[in-house]
Amino acid sequence: MRSSFLISVGFAVILAATALPAASQSSDDTIKEIERYRAALADGNPAELWEARGEDLWKQTRGPKMASLEKCDIGLGAGIVKGAYAVLPKYFADADRVMDLETRLVHCMVNLQGFTPEQAKKDPFGGPSKKSDMEALVAYITGASRGVQMNVASNHPKEQEYYELGKKIFFHRGGPHDFSCANCHGADSQRIRLQDLPNLLKQPTAQRAYTSWPAYRVSQGELRSFQWRLFDCFRQQRFPELVFTSDASVALTMFLAKNANGGVLSAPSIKR
Amino acid sequence: MNHKTICLIAAALMVAGCAVTAEQVAAEKEAANSQAALGMMKTSFKTRGQASVDRLNQDETQALCSQYRDNPPKNIREKIEALNQTLTVFPADGKLLGDWKEGEKVAQSGVGKQFSDNPETPAGGNCYACHQLTKAEVSYGNIGPSLYNFGKVRGYAPEIAKYAYGKIYNAEAYSACSNMPRFGHSKILTEQQIKNVVALLMDPESPVNK
Ligand code: HEC
Ligand code: HEC
Repeated sequence: MRSSFLISVGFAVILAATALPAASQSSDDTIKEIERYRAALADGNPAELWEARGEDLWKQTRGPKMASLEKCDIGLGAGIVKGAYAVLPKYFADADRVMDLETRLVHCMVNLQGFTPEQAKKDPFGGPSKKSDMEALVAYITGASRGVQMNVASNHPKEQEYYELGKKIFFHRGGPHDFSCANCHGADSQRIRLQDLPNLLKQPTAQRAYTSWPAYRVSQGELRSFQWRLFDCFRQQRFPELVFTSDASVALTMFLAKNANGGVLSAPSIKR
Repeated sequence: MNHKTICLIAAALMVAGCAVTAEQVAAEKEAANSQAALGMMKTSFKTRGQASVDRLNQDETQALCSQYRDNPPKNIREKIEALNQTLTVFPADGKLLGDWKEGEKVAQSGVGKQFSDNPETPAGGNCYACHQLTKAEVSYGNIGPSLYNFGKVRGYAPEIAKYAYGKIYNAEAYSACSNMPRFGHSKILTEQQIKNVVALLMDPESPVNK
């Protein structure tokens, strides 16, 4: 059932790609893009490769302390993976900090496995020459919450504070283009060129966008985490580089995740 | 001294009623949150390439638009527009129209100012990201209104060219908290590039007016 769903999404994507005008993109590029979709879809969602590698990494004994991550509490208690992504970000008393998935994984790699924070954050995003263990772990954990409803709490004062600060960051205009997230994602049915921009302030569209991340990006041949999504939108916003697992990244994720409460997770999905 | 303290003193003096409204308390909290968010951002970004952490700091326009979530009340709106009018500089030679063919290139190009861009390469205006301009280019965004037939509809009068130049130079001078970048004021485009884009909108021979 899942694969037929993926294929129908895929066809919609191919149709959209075919409709792309040749004016801004050479037809060669368009054809190449479509071929990449076909190749990707023939084997299902390649995100499965990241999910499988992530599951291995989760279970392997690694690091100076030769421990696995299986005792890591990512939100629902030590070792519980299914459904945990749906409650993140969340306040963790043991770290006295609000954490998103990636921040929590770094915490566990440091505390359970004995890695230094620098080692744990070494390759946050994969590229042509290096694989990212972090993105594989993220794929595994999020994949285990497919079909689960988003349920981010804000009972703890720190959670409320992060939500409010995340909202501020969402509206923070700056840089040479005066952009904030709100300029591109604060109204319905907006497009940049032909790309749809979800309204992240309204529930149905915020849910649809948030629950489809992380995603396998066909145009990049990589699985991309939510931290990457924020990093890259800040780049388009002409801001400096967002530091991986920084407080602002977690606060902004808190704002977006909570706006998506009630949505059903479908990640890792497959995208353009 | 915050309002709470004033309130307490007022109560202590048995002044009837406390002058502090719920609105003032909310405004104070908002201001404190803005400061806290900026502080958080300063520890969360690092300079990369041409995009330095200074870009997190806001000028008055950016700060006001963020504060009012891009929807300020009338008096603030007027303040922002007046402020930006004083920041607009028109070409010294009085010429406003350049070459529309070069303008089309500027309108198409989205490069510039990202940390991944080469700072030596001239930036584009990326007008098509937000506007329809010509019939030929069907890959256009809709954040801004269609500019197709701009000159043909408005007329080719010098005041219209002046408006177009001013708008592209500093959109905030005409509509506060616009989504449109201030291309001249923020030094994204050069004077010559803006003239070329104005020609794209205002030259009767430009495909915009066909
Ligand atoms: C200049 C416009 C622009 C700005 C500013 C911007 N984005 Fe985006 N955003 C985009 C575009 C374009 C896409 C689609 C990207 C793609 O498909 O490659 C996107 C995609 C996204 C998505 C994924 C949506 C989905 O359905 O897959 C999220 C989430 C997002 N942005 C969040 C943000 C946040 C948070 C900010 C502020 C830090 C921000 N964006 C700022 C243009 C922008
Ligand atoms: C990020 C989106 C964005 C980009 C990029 C952008 N604009 Fe705009 N533009 C807008 C919006 C939104 C408006 C309407 C609100 C306003 O007037 O500021 C607008 C309004 C205008 C107007 C006034 C239209 C009228 O009916 O009076 C002109 C002229 C214009 N833009 C020209 C340009 C040109 C030329 C470029 C490229 C150099 C450009 N814009 C790039 C968003 C954008």
